[in-house]
Amino acid sequence: MAVAADPPILALRGVSKRFGAVRALTRVDLDLQAGEVVALVGDNGAGKSTLIKSVAGIHPFDEGEVRFDGEPVRITHPKDAADLGIEVVYQDLALADNLDVVQNMYLGRERHKALGVLDEESMERSARETMTALAVTTLGSVRQVVAGLSGGQRQSVAVAKAVMWNSRVVILDEPTAALGVAQTHQVLQLVRRLGDRGLAVLLVSHNLHDVFEVADRIAVLRLGQKVADLRADATSQQEVVEAITAGELADAAGTEVDAS
Amino acid sequence: MTETEPRTPPQAAPGTGGVSPAAGAATLSGHLKGYLRRLASGDLGRLPIVVGLLLIGVIFTSLNNAFISPVNFTNLIVQMSPLVVIAAGVVFVLLIAEVDLSVGYVSGVAAVVVARLLTENGWPVVTAVALVVLTGLSIGWLQGVLVAKVGLPSLVVTLAGLVGWNGLVLVLIAGRGTVTISSPFVVGITNAYLSATVAYGVMAAFVAVYAVVQLQRRAARTRADLPVVPMTVIVTRTAGVAALGFGAVFYASLGRGFPLIGVVLLVVIAAFTFVLERTSFGRHVLAIGGNREAARRAGINVDRIRIICFMISATMASLGGLVFASRLRSVDTNAGGGQIELNAIAAVVIGGTSLFGGHGKISSALFGALVIQGVDNGMGLLGLSSGAKFLVTGFVLLVAVLVDSVARRGRTRSGLA
Repeated sequence: MAVAADPPILALRGVSKRFGAVRALTRVDLDLQAGEVVALVGDNGAGKSTLIKSVAGIHPFDEGEVRFDGEPVRITHPKDAADLGIEVVYQDLALADNLDVVQNMYLGRERHKALGVLDEESMERSARETMTALAVTTLGSVRQVVAGLSGGQRQSVAVAKAVMWNSRVVILDEPTAALGVAQTHQVLQLVRRLGDRGLAVLLVSHNLHDVFEVADRIAVLRLGQKVADLRADATSQQEVVEAITAGELADAAGTEVDAS
Repeated sequence: MTETEPRTPPQAAPGTGGVSPAAGAATLSGHLKGYLRRLASGDLGRLPIVVGLLLIGVIFTSLNNAFISPVNFTNLIVQMSPLVVIAAGVVFVLLIAEVDLSVGYVSGVAAVVVARLLTENGWPVVTAVALVVLTGLSIGWLQGVLVAKVGLPSLVVTLAGLVGWNGLVLVLIAGRGTVTISSPFVVGITNAYLSATVAYGVMAAFVAVYAVVQLQRRAARTRADLPVVPMTVIVTRTAGVAALGFGAVFYASLGRGFPLIGVVLLVVIAAFTFVLERTSFGRHVLAIGGNREAARRAGINVDRIRIICFMISATMASLGGLVFASRLRSVDTNAGGGQIELNAIAAVVIGGTSLFGGHGKISSALFGALVIQGVDNGMGLLGLSSGAKFLVTGFVLLVAVLVDSVARRGRTRSGLA
């Protein structure tokens, strides 16, 4: 897979993870390029969640190498990931319903004026700018309480929260799982814009329709191994479904690695 | 999954947040309309408590004129002062969706400690008060660690505290019956009254700070090119606060004058409101009450914040005990009794702070205590028994929770919270 001249922002090389006797991931390789939306698909238990949690530092890989901008790094704690500029938007979004959009976006990273007073003006302004830059137009006011937002709006807030910290890699876990048709479309457009802004995006999804709508590349996990890594415009749903359900193990993953 | 576009169109409408960016709020009438719309959607704000206080005033005055007299007005402020101090700390614990049943007897322990140190051991006031604060901090730390680090339910930890600290009160007071307090400082806390000039001066300072804070915020928002509250609203609010403040001072000065403790209460409420609404700590408290997991993932040290909340609660309880001792000028085996903890929690809930965490204001301690003490005081004037007082207080608490839960349903329906 010699895709681009630049080294990928994030590169996984032969990463494995086991929980006791269970091999959750076996020698997986994955590249995330700047400006590229990569979809990570696979059946339940294929290792998608394990992979993103390991990248996020929640439970580090047991073996293999993680490279960031070509440099080997160790991510053993969520803070390591955040420091590198890797942000994860989990399925439950982790928003505080009783706080407004600005308060949620800056939660834990508030800006201050003198004497520890919160700098509400600066935070509100930046939050609005981020929303505008991401073309999130459905949101009325950034001072709305999150409890009053629709599912799509909440997802947009969670994504905006993830990208406003100079992040370079954004991982989205099933961002459209709980959304209706129109809102799914909005969120997918937002995901596409993240890629267009030069971020490396990893989209974890069950929904192949969504994946084909937005992804540049599709990586398929099966039983903890990567069984396919396909360009979205050079493959079909049929081929991806086959890889998910019956992708050839071990050998298939092995042959894809060498070029890089 | 199957539901398409469930709530988008109504949500797009402006004016759901405190400050809406779009048109509508730029004028006084727009602001009023926004307020009415929020009322209609179940965001009642202060309205129920104001209506409740008016009802209490009207009913008890019609039954006995003495209720509204200047002397009784100052009595009411002094009587409710320990409750307000204790309840102000309880707000923090309720905001993180926990409960603190120990505050009553923690205040009792503090009262006994200060009385014995001053009267028997002749300690200087400063060190005695410092030790009271330290007692509160330690008790709060202990209970907080048991809840946050060990993972025990706060209901049980503080119930054990309720029983245990009651025991400590009895042990400390053992065989003494009553310990009187003669320290002029401690007695003065609730028995000193300001001269009219000083009282007006202090109130003027409060109003000025209130106005300046709003104007500064408005100026900062203008500089940042953000939507602002119309000037007429700021003027109206400030005028309202000034009328209430100066009115209270004027009315009190017809009797004994404005009590010093009244000023202390205002300072406590203002300081804690600042902490809750203008600092990261307060923001994190609210976040933990709203979604603890989200707070944890945002990198907030959740355990630390929760422990601090219990420390604030117990420390304010200790200081409340000091105020209680000052009011009674003595401490006996009943110190901390009389369901102080239940009254404090009830006050905070009546004042509009949710029992389920994340929603509330410090001032709910003041307003709720005013309701509870108003009922108590009014029924005392009518010569009614404690039994009748409890029945009515219980009823008021129930009504307050009922109003809140109906309003919450309204908010949920209109997607506000």
